Amino acid sequence: MKEYGIFDILGPVMIGPSSSHTAGAARLGKIGMEIAGSGFHRVRFYLHGSFAKTYRGHGTDRALVAGVLGMEPSDERIKDSLNIARDRGIDIEFMEADLGYVHPNTVKMVFYYKDRDVYYVTGSSIGGGSIIVIDINGNEVEFTGDYPTILIKYEDQKGTISRISAILSDEDINIATMKVTREGNVATMVMEIDNPIKSKVIDRIRNLDEILYVKGINSIRRA
Amino acid sequence: MFNTGKELLELCKEKNRKISEIVIEREMEHNKMSFDELMDKMKLVLDTMLKSAHSGLDKEIISVSKLSGGNAKKLEDYKNSGRTICGDLINSAMAKALSTSEVNASMGKIVAAPTAGASGIVPSALITVKEKFNLTEENMIHGLFTAGGIGEIIAKNATISGAEGGCQAECGAASAMAAAAVVEMAGGDVEASLNAASFALTNVMGLVCDPVAGLVEFPCALRNASGVINALLSADLAMAGIKSLIPFDEVVEAMYMVGKAMPESLKETALGGVAATPTGEEFKRRVL
Ligand code: SF4
Repeated sequence: MKEYGIFDILGPVMIGPSSSHTAGAARLGKIGMEIAGSGFHRVRFYLHGSFAKTYRGHGTDRALVAGVLGMEPSDERIKDSLNIARDRGIDIEFMEADLGYVHPNTVKMVFYYKDRDVYYVTGSSIGGGSIIVIDINGNEVEFTGDYPTILIKYEDQKGTISRISAILSDEDINIATMKVTREGNVATMVMEIDNPIKSKVIDRIRNLDEILYVKGINSIRRA
Repeated sequence: MFNTGKELLELCKEKNRKISEIVIEREMEHNKMSFDELMDKMKLVLDTMLKSAHSGLDKEIISVSKLSGGNAKKLEDYKNSGRTICGDLINSAMAKALSTSEVNASMGKIVAAPTAGASGIVPSALITVKEKFNLTEENMIHGLFTAGGIGEIIAKNATISGAEGGCQAECGAASAMAAAAVVEMAGGDVEASLNAASFALTNVMGLVCDPVAGLVEFPCALRNASGVINALLSADLAMAGIKSLIPFDEVVEAMYMVGKAMPESLKETALGGVAATPTGEEFKRRVL
């Protein structure tokens, strides 16, 4: 039996019209931006399934854009996000796409930068404003953004996991969930933790020899 | 802890508490929040609700798709003409429910209660009963905890999603939540609250989810208007001492089974009901 708190039932406080098409979409945009990093001048959204069919009427387009601009799902400026993006000189494009066997409300967000490579994040809005991120630049992942999350890519070798956990326990951070996948010699680790992420922790992990990439994402608020 | 209506009733009896008080105690413990912090948090919820229930009454709010809107104001003006069939209280309640629905469809700020589609019912019912009995904002906040407690039981044992259970699960659940809350606000006991919630769910059992063009507009707004009246009449039935033949928990279970038995075409896919009528299809073509 799933547990509910009172504010799961009376909430979120959100911008309409639909928790999955608007609130969830805004959270997806936001988490995409946090993962890819700011400074982009263009974002292209590939919309799949129900997102592709109803994005205009549901305001999914405006919610996604609001998210990549950093707005929360309860921000009343969501309605005007397309104009706000234009004023900030950010190019926005929407395309319908078949992203394969994924949830009907799925979007692939591609961020373009002047000074570095394109970056993409794919995620689904799975109902009631809940989301999951499923792909980052071709790396399959799975996390919800409800907790602070640390993403790490490293060259697989003995003892990496214990070195990372040692840093976390030294910094007094409790790991809620941890998932490791491996492709060839490169492993991807997704860790959800109970405490907000401090940059010092990320720096310490980055200093390990085998680390190729590390990123901390603070939780994406529901309201 | 409570997972069912029966457990909630027993807890209330054992501790001699109202539903709202049980829910408040549980939330304080669960979230490690003080009473004041919890009340402040719910006050924010209430403030958003009050705003959305009123902002469509004196100005037309049109949806993002431009498919609908302006009806809350129409109804409020009609009520003010003094020539209604159902009278001020009912028309005013319907107008407030429409207002929140219209705010939602225009990408304004609302509180999902329990969902965005059904967000007009709980605020309107609570405001209506507050005004009727000259109650306070604090009474409304308590009412919200009662509504939330009932919603939790429905979510745990059945569903509150239209895609899973049809509109009976969204607007039906919202009406049940509102009915139980206003009974408590009007001085009814815990059994009466549960009876009222049972009536509200029973009255719309089997209600399908058939949003035209897949948008949360039509028939959603209408069902918020009828949903708040369902809540109020269910509360009156229960306050009169009428008892539900079928206990609340079994009604919830029945609603769940009915939702499961519903074909997919009647669960938010916009492939059945009024969404699949020739005119509904025409709107779909126009909007998409
Ligand atoms: S018809 Fe469907 S979308 Fe509309 S309020 Fe009911 S359950 Fe929600």
